[in-house]
Amino acid sequence: MTEPVGGGRPLIGPRLIEHSLLFVTGKGGVGKTTIAAALAIHAAAAGKRVLACEVDAKGTLAAAFEAGPLGFEPRPVHPGIDAMAMDTEDSLREYLRLYVHLPLLARIGPLARTFDFVADAAPGVKEILTVGKVCYEVREEHYDLVVVDAAASGHIAGQLSAPWTINDLVQVGLVRDQTRWMTDILADPAQTGVVVVTTAEELPVVETLDLLELLGATVPVAVAAVIVNRVLPELFTRVDEELFAALRTPAAVGALAAAGGAQAGDVMQVLDAAALAVALRRERAGNLAMLQERLRPGLGMVLVPELFARSHGKRAVMQVAEALSEELS
Amino acid sequence: MATTTLEQLLSAKEVVVTCGAGGVGKTTTAAALATMAALHLGGRVLVLTIDPARRLADALGLEGIGNEERRVGPKAFAAAGLKPRGELWAAMLDTKASWDDLIRQHAPDPRTRDAILANPLYDNITARFVQSHDYIAMERLHELHASGRYDLIVVDTPPSRNALDFLDAPDRMEEFFGGRLLRWLTAPMRNRVVGAASRPFLTIADRVLGARFLQDIAEFFTLMQSMEKGFVDRARSVSALMADARTAFCVVTTLETAPAREAAFFVAELRRRGLPLGAVIVNKALPEWLLDAGPSAVAARFCDAPGPLAAAVRDVVGAPKGRVRRVLAEVGESFANYAVVAAREAEQRAELATGADVLVTVPVLDEPVNDLAGLVRLGRCCWR
Repeated sequence: MTEPVGGGRPLIGPRLIEHSLLFVTGKGGVGKTTIAAALAIHAAAAGKRVLACEVDAKGTLAAAFEAGPLGFEPRPVHPGIDAMAMDTEDSLREYLRLYVHLPLLARIGPLARTFDFVADAAPGVKEILTVGKVCYEVREEHYDLVVVDAAASGHIAGQLSAPWTINDLVQVGLVRDQTRWMTDILADPAQTGVVVVTTAEELPVVETLDLLELLGATVPVAVAAVIVNRVLPELFTRVDEELFAALRTPAAVGALAAAGGAQAGDVMQVLDAAALAVALRRERAGNLAMLQERLRPGLGMVLVPELFARSHGKRAVMQVAEALSEELS
Repeated sequence: MATTTLEQLLSAKEVVVTCGAGGVGKTTTAAALATMAALHLGGRVLVLTIDPARRLADALGLEGIGNEERRVGPKAFAAAGLKPRGELWAAMLDTKASWDDLIRQHAPDPRTRDAILANPLYDNITARFVQSHDYIAMERLHELHASGRYDLIVVDTPPSRNALDFLDAPDRMEEFFGGRLLRWLTAPMRNRVVGAASRPFLTIADRVLGARFLQDIAEFFTLMQSMEKGFVDRARSVSALMADARTAFCVVTTLETAPAREAAFFVAELRRRGLPLGAVIVNKALPEWLLDAGPSAVAARFCDAPGPLAAAVRDVVGAPKGRVRRVLAEVGESFANYAVVAAREAEQRAELATGADVLVTVPVLDEPVNDLAGLVRLGRCCWR
């Protein structure tokens, strides 16, 4: 039996939105952005002032709110929610404006080029400008909750541990002084939590377990929740499944076709579709059981059902938010 | 004759690069393509994979071997009831080990080599940060292709934050070594004469990052500069290889909204860069007959009026009418649910179809692909 993974003492269940800062991560394709947006909507509905922040500048968070392109300056996208897109260059500008009172700043025309270079050369600079900006928003208390649509699971550990990495590498200088208050916010499970989003498919589940292990071992930020997205509905009980198998025999298909005035082939396809649904559900149920078993006790899974939504726009996100609210309350 | 199948496409290429959003089955698809090529086309086929799931790694005999290429032996094929015409080889990209090899191989002298490997920034830059991953994948591809050991190399691309970052890696490396900024930064080390242009940058960098850190950076890049020419030359060859007619890109996607949008972006971006788009591979697609009128009408009957149907079939299945009704209604509703998703998928597919000569669809498989037989099962869905 392997050690349960996922450390810390986080705020869980209904208390999830009492955090000040939530990093939402997960393997690509599991619906990380949708869940981040739904979490923000859920928190706003509970009366929180929320900032939703997109880190990967792909425009998917903007699409989730159907809000047009987002900029570095937060703007309202939904009652109670402002949204912004991270731009590390703007973040650097803001940082320099706030902390480095250099008159010659005006003269740094080609900041972009210089910045690109520094960011490539000095490890963690882009990451710390991202994490630093959201921590800054938390410290200034402009919002009750900052929800970050963070890096995917392959990069989240690097992103979150940037302040610690920089601390190790940089011996003196402003940056080092700045990392201390960031690590204070990040390492406090009552303020900051990681939300890992997955689906019940095999690869995302395996990657989630790997990620929880990695985070537990290398990043002092608590995991607050594991949200399983798009959980397929259970079609039949065990007894009904036997009946379903009987319905797929040629005699039964024939009887159904005759009674309904339909082609036997069409009836068979309808039954095949259900068989596919059952097979998919069964495979995933096994993965969920494995995930559940390996999670640290107390860190429950939050299951969000597959909604078979017509669109992927804001309407679908609202439906997910509703389902999420139900699961969290 | 126009190329219309993956079999035709792969038979004419030396390098196939699979790219796509995370979670679409890119790694598995790359492995399946290589397996099919080894099986049917012959020759030596290598799949260079980035981060295979453990069971897939097991299936390919890759568990724990890291960077070294290894042959997937005839026994593994025989166990799956297959007799390949060619050889299937597999290798996994280990970023850290590849960087170490690169430094050892190309450092001008042992002193520089040891100084780089011991520099405090080296580990961080090579192991943690994304672009180093992109770059080393391209380096490795160059090395393997130049070795001439393989007839076909199928490369799985690293999960990039931004879709085609890995393609920029060689150019960035070249820019980086050729750039004024590197000279600015390394200038204080070399001769302590700082030009007027770099002064503001250094002043800020000094205030923000601290002088010691800057010195570490400067030292590291001064050392790296000793290998500049090699880096730049190889970067150019990789860029040339990517644009070569012997190379084809395969964009892998599912029909969900976000990955499909990213796939469309890939297609447009490849075209903009003048790179050869070989195929679009659609994974995990629901069956198209979910949209057919016949079964849809039957499903509607199951939902709306299961009573008479249940009465007709209850004796055949030997169950009470109420239970039969319930199961039929459940079946009908499930069909309707999946039909909604299938309709959305059909729209996405139509949009993607305008992008490529070869568009193939792999149906959603009801069991996971985790062995050679599974790869072949997947491969057969899209090969011909």
